Amino acid sequence: MVTDHPETFHNQGPTTVNRMADLTMPLTPAAGLFTANEAKVTARDVTVHYGEKQALFGVSIDIPERSVTAFIGPSGCGKSTFLRCINRMNDTIPICRVAGEIRIDGADIYDRRLDPVLLRARVGMVFQKPNPFPKSIYENVAYGPRIHGTTTSRQELDEVVETSLRKAGLWDEVKDRLDQPGTGLSGGQQQRLCIARAIAVGPEVILMDEPCSALDPIATARIEELIFELARNFTIVIVTHSMQQAARVSQQTAFFHLGHLVEYGATEQIFTAPSDTRTQDYITGRFG
Amino acid sequence: MTDAALDPGAVRAIDLASDASRARLRRRYRAEARFRAYGIAALAVAGLFLVLLVGDIVIKGLPAFTESRVTLTVTPQLSQVSTDGTTGADALRGGDYAAPLRASLQELFPEVTSRQDRRRLFFEILSGGAGDDLRRRIMADPGLIGRPVTVSALLDDSADMYLKGRLTGRVERTGRGTLAISGATGDVTLDSPGAFRDTLATIKKALRDEAAAIEAAAGRVAQRLEALPVGDPRRATAQAGVDADRSRAAALRARAAAPEAPEVLGTDTPSELVAVNGGIVKLTSIGPSQAQGRVLVPLGTAGTVSEGAWRTITLLQPEGSRRLTDQHIAWLEDMRAEGLVTRHFATRFFTSGDSREPELAGLLGGLVGSLLTMFVTLVLCLPTGVAAAIYLEEFAPKNRITDLIEVNINNLAAVPSIVFGLLGLAVFLNFFGLPRSAPLVGGLVLALLVLPTIIIASRAALKAVPPSIREAALGVGASHQQAVFHHVLPMAMPGILTGTIIGMAHALGETAPLLLIGMVAFIVDTPQSVTQAATALPVQIYLWSDLPEPAFQAKTAGAIIVLLVFLFVMNGLAVVLRRKFERRW
Repeated sequence: MVTDHPETFHNQGPTTVNRMADLTMPLTPAAGLFTANEAKVTARDVTVHYGEKQALFGVSIDIPERSVTAFIGPSGCGKSTFLRCINRMNDTIPICRVAGEIRIDGADIYDRRLDPVLLRARVGMVFQKPNPFPKSIYENVAYGPRIHGTTTSRQELDEVVETSLRKAGLWDEVKDRLDQPGTGLSGGQQQRLCIARAIAVGPEVILMDEPCSALDPIATARIEELIFELARNFTIVIVTHSMQQAARVSQQTAFFHLGHLVEYGATEQIFTAPSDTRTQDYITGRFG
Repeated sequence: MTDAALDPGAVRAIDLASDASRARLRRRYRAEARFRAYGIAALAVAGLFLVLLVGDIVIKGLPAFTESRVTLTVTPQLSQVSTDGTTGADALRGGDYAAPLRASLQELFPEVTSRQDRRRLFFEILSGGAGDDLRRRIMADPGLIGRPVTVSALLDDSADMYLKGRLTGRVERTGRGTLAISGATGDVTLDSPGAFRDTLATIKKALRDEAAAIEAAAGRVAQRLEALPVGDPRRATAQAGVDADRSRAAALRARAAAPEAPEVLGTDTPSELVAVNGGIVKLTSIGPSQAQGRVLVPLGTAGTVSEGAWRTITLLQPEGSRRLTDQHIAWLEDMRAEGLVTRHFATRFFTSGDSREPELAGLLGGLVGSLLTMFVTLVLCLPTGVAAAIYLEEFAPKNRITDLIEVNINNLAAVPSIVFGLLGLAVFLNFFGLPRSAPLVGGLVLALLVLPTIIIASRAALKAVPPSIREAALGVGASHQQAVFHHVLPMAMPGILTGTIIGMAHALGETAPLLLIGMVAFIVDTPQSVTQAATALPVQIYLWSDLPEPAFQAKTAGAIIVLLVFLFVMNGLAVVLRRKFERRW
């Protein structure tokens, strides 16, 4: 399949370390300590245009491994746009142009030799609205492993489905009805199914675009617990409108405003002692 | 912003109690009620016309689904049914199976001897295909030859239409009073005190009406005559015409004014038949208590019969303007009175091809032709149309060329179908030399017609799939093509199928392009392949609608019913498919 991202706007800068081999290999995340580690995702001077309109202005950020990083900011501030740059989902929008450099484990993800489809297998995504496929619960989770050929037998596939559903905290609720449609679950269950679907491919990074905005507080609490759990194994980037949520689940918080990354730091510090007045105004509810 | 919203002066509260407010509310209610009324009225008018249309077609078409037969006991002779005196299949196939039927009819009406009457009885009452059933039975079992066999012989279309009451209005009354008949054959006199008075009164009234009509017409001419200048030569001729009309009217009035004077019944007046003693008499002149008549079917005996033992049959359509003479009708009435005439479901209508004889003509040729044509269309259209839609909607770059293609597809959907017919004639027949009248060419032409519909419907169905599904697939690392074929296409399938079926239903009813590629020919044989000459269902309707026989008019309406049923079934299928696939999850 030919990649359809706009090559012309791709950053042609020198690649210091070529770790392409890593990108094509599905990695199983090793269980690690819950500590901030070296940067998993590094972005340098990322700029995004939608047609004539510029949506992001030179965003540079280092996202550490196996932790939760929250992007907060008012509507239209570019946080979702930046999130979608990390797995090149913006490639699917014809008028969108991305410039700058984003590296995962040091490898440039906008390298023209890189297949964005393989990238997305490594960088999973959970969307704002739960969007299970109109298929059975089993098929929803099994779809990713199936198309990537990561399992060789039905038994292995069953195991992957079970493990993924367990990790997403959904197994006990659905184990007796795996052949039922995924769309028949409640909103919170659907969102956890989507998380299980993302996990099943064995990603290293999971991007979550306001995963709780369509859910009630109880379902939200469950997802937040889940995010907390998942951070032991995955690097999680979450876009959220709820500052409480950012404060509850994340270790790092980035505040976006009008396409600029205004402030980025440890969550505690952002919420207690922000250095920028705009951040201060936003988290105290002056605007937004 | 928030400050402005809090300012009490910025937003004016609505005073719901004020007169103006109430008036506004009433106006809104009235507008809504009016709109509802318009909607209901429009629906009612549409429904009324639909009921009228369907009702008219059903009433006209019902006779096509039944056929009349006469039960005859025949003794087929080997010399009749075999060409060479043996019972070989070839010899039996060529036999004259109408001959035993004719012999049986002759037994039923032994008095029929004149050449003209025999022709009428044998060829205008019985269908030309009446012997077919007997042929089938004897070929299956040659042992029936020489033994009495009861057969149900098909009647001719005119006889069939008369028996169904479609040829002429028919009023039957039981005779009042006794009736004395002077003879059993030939010209007879019928005496019955006052029995014919009502009939005579009806005839006299018709005379009065005719006289009034002539007088009114003459009066109008006379009035315009006054406007002509004196000495104008046209005046004299016109005056002469008016005078002649007036004297004719006067003569009619004189006849009408004499209630007891007998009247002569001719070929331009309704016919009066009297059924008595197992025979039928046609009245030639009628008085209040006495009538002259001619025996059409011999009576058992002459003499006097009591009240209630005889009937009169009035045929409202004058003999001169109907397809069967009084003699034909007398035979039919006689056979019906003896219980020999039966009505059957016309399986022939669905199992035989076209014919010049209405009672033998069937739809099978058209049906099979239509099915073959539809098959070719579907095989060409569905893969091409869906592939084109998927490519244009999901993969094609958005540039000037694809825009041009899109505009042209939309334009193509609006091109009149006859243009496609001309194209098919020029390209498929003349350039590629494909066979004329073949379902293959019909299917090709209809495919051109349906393709834009399918592409447009499929693109709409693909566009209607929520983008979240696409994103979900891409998010787990599916390629664009995998996302489309694994998720988007299955979700769009009900819409695509619906569009396809509606397109096919459109093609099924299409006539004009088929006329141009020669599928309008008179074809008796049912086509066996897509390259054989065939016609299609709507073309068959078109062909039959052109024919003068009332039975073909019924067949036309019957074929329309069949076509409509097909279309309803197809559209129903589209609905069912959509429901089925939509409810799956």
